[in-house]
Amino acid sequence: MSISSGYQLAKSPTGIQGLDEITGGGLPTGRPTLVCGSAGSGKTMLAVEFLVHGATQFGEPGVLMMFEESTAEITANVRSLGHDLKKLSAQNKIRIDHVQIERSEIEETGEYDLEGLFIRIGNAVDSIGAKRVVLDTVEALFAGLPNHAILRAELRRLFRWLKDRGLTAIITGERGDHSLTRYGLEEYVADCVIVLDQRMHEQISTRRLRVLKYRGSAHGTNEYPFIISGRGLSVLPITSLQLDHGVSAQRIPTGIARLDEMLGGKGVYRGSSVLVSGSPGTGKSSIGAKFADTACRRGERVLLFAYEESSAQIVRNMGSIGIDLAQWVKKGLLQIHSSRPTLVGLEEHLLLMHDAVRDFRPSLVVIDPISNLSLDLTASQVKPMLMRLIDFLKRQQITALFASLTEGRGEMLDDSQLGVSSLMDTWLLLRNVEFNGERNRTIYVLKSRGMKHSNQVRELVLSSRGIDLVDVYLGAERVLTGSARVTQEEQERAAAVLRVEEHQHRVKQLASRQKAIAARIAALQAEADAETAEMATTIARQVLQRKNTLQITDTMTLLRGADKTNGSRKKGKR
Amino acid sequence: MKNALNYELRLYVAGQTPKSLTAFSNLQRICDTHLAGRYRIEIIDLVKNPQLAAGDQILALPALVRRLPKPVMKIIGDLSNEERVLVGLDVRPIVPPINMDRA
Repeated sequence: MSISSGYQLAKSPTGIQGLDEITGGGLPTGRPTLVCGSAGSGKTMLAVEFLVHGATQFGEPGVLMMFEESTAEITANVRSLGHDLKKLSAQNKIRIDHVQIERSEIEETGEYDLEGLFIRIGNAVDSIGAKRVVLDTVEALFAGLPNHAILRAELRRLFRWLKDRGLTAIITGERGDHSLTRYGLEEYVADCVIVLDQRMHEQISTRRLRVLKYRGSAHGTNEYPFIISGRGLSVLPITSLQLDHGVSAQRIPTGIARLDEMLGGKGVYRGSSVLVSGSPGTGKSSIGAKFADTACRRGERVLLFAYEESSAQIVRNMGSIGIDLAQWVKKGLLQIHSSRPTLVGLEEHLLLMHDAVRDFRPSLVVIDPISNLSLDLTASQVKPMLMRLIDFLKRQQITALFASLTEGRGEMLDDSQLGVSSLMDTWLLLRNVEFNGERNRTIYVLKSRGMKHSNQVRELVLSSRGIDLVDVYLGAERVLTGSARVTQEEQERAAAVLRVEEHQHRVKQLASRQKAIAARIAALQAEADAETAEMATTIARQVLQRKNTLQITDTMTLLRGADKTNGSRKKGKR
Repeated sequence: MKNALNYELRLYVAGQTPKSLTAFSNLQRICDTHLAGRYRIEIIDLVKNPQLAAGDQILALPALVRRLPKPVMKIIGDLSNEERVLVGLDVRPIVPPINMDRA
């Protein structure tokens, strides 16, 4: 959240994640800020973080005036957040003074003022050149000092004095029944008021922070969830206001070749968010695991958040479809965080995710499933959370895969997607098809921004060899999957074989018939040759006979001395 | 009395303010009346020695601390109410004999 006015109130950054965004840079410099909330709402933590960050990150030493906890107690308490107050005080960056008031020890007689407190604060401030002061919680004085009239006058003077010295201060106050603080501290500290609150919803507690007032500055007015984790306090601003994250044109394969093929042949964009939704047992986790496995194979780091299975169980189960995740865990490329979603609130889950992502710097994050996170929450609560997460991941170009469980038999298109589908770049829908006495998994690409993608349904086949997509059998106005598809394919294959054989047979038949005809042709030819030969013989014989006859006639004529005008002779001569 | 010096008192003040001066003169008077010869007063000016404030958990000023006898006791204010000072110091007041007779 940025404030774009020309005039900027000087602000002291708290270094608390998110709070500086909401307040547009931090708390008002040189002025006191009131932080109020009920017991256990994190007032002291916020105040201590403000001091520690000031001392370590912004070069502003700080003084911590503790009215309730002793120095040893507060040191021990904030050590769990990774702050070493002992070391910081040894380095003269932080001064802690425990102000103890035991009413039973104190007798009041006559007039007094709180100059002693002023001197103590002043001394502590001067000893280390402090710029920041925390009074936690000054209300304890009301219990210790009976004369509230004096006390109020002195507190007013104290806050004035802090201002005059230019100290940026946090004053904490316990929440009252009808006022912000039990003793009405808000009367004196009017520059900036932050309200903390812890409330329960369905047995899960959520802490919230609100900037009630910030004099002279714009500020986020919403209630923002915050958590206290091993890294201290973090506030989650709704979302980064601008959608200004860079985009990558790089495509990363999913590890399932046919799926890549469906996604324009190259897989998904790096840094995009992928939703895999489906009813139970449709293979969401398997696809997630395959994504993870493929990324690890490329040598990239992957973070897997599992809210249904333990990490050992995931490794074992994915082994059954030929995905060996154990090797990546061993190599340090894969981290599996398993927890029950009800362990902590949604905000805290998100912060745990943030922390894990920041520590591990993965290039792929798999969350399986997001639907479990939303247990007992309405979509209006879940969507902003996911928006934050997606924004956070996108800003770092981390590809994210969200599995989402669709309740029931999702024939109608899934209203139960927490309204998050619009946040997703790619949506793979898995569905069980029940037909012919069996259930089979199908997959299709419902949407995939910025790429050409297939509109066809594929069957998702999980086997010990891994994940594969096969074409479903489309025919006779229905989609066949599973054994029905296999049967159909077998039948087609058999028919094809038969057709080939028949054809070959026929070709053979024709060939032999042809041969037979050729043989017959040869025989007839032989016959014709024989006939021709015989004809020639016959003619020759005829000529010879005739010659003989003539000779005989001539001879007889000669012998008989017959007339020479006989016709047959003439004929013979011719 | 077993010990001649069994009241060790510290008066914390912040500079020579009217309140400080009142407190000191009140203390002096009360001690002379009720603890004659059995007390010692140490005056600590926190303006000069601010680091000493934390030791006795001083907030309000002026403040009187009974270091001895134990336990440590604290009285805040200008000590204008003698009765309360005596209660605070756990000192039995020395009452004039005449009053005793009347009682």
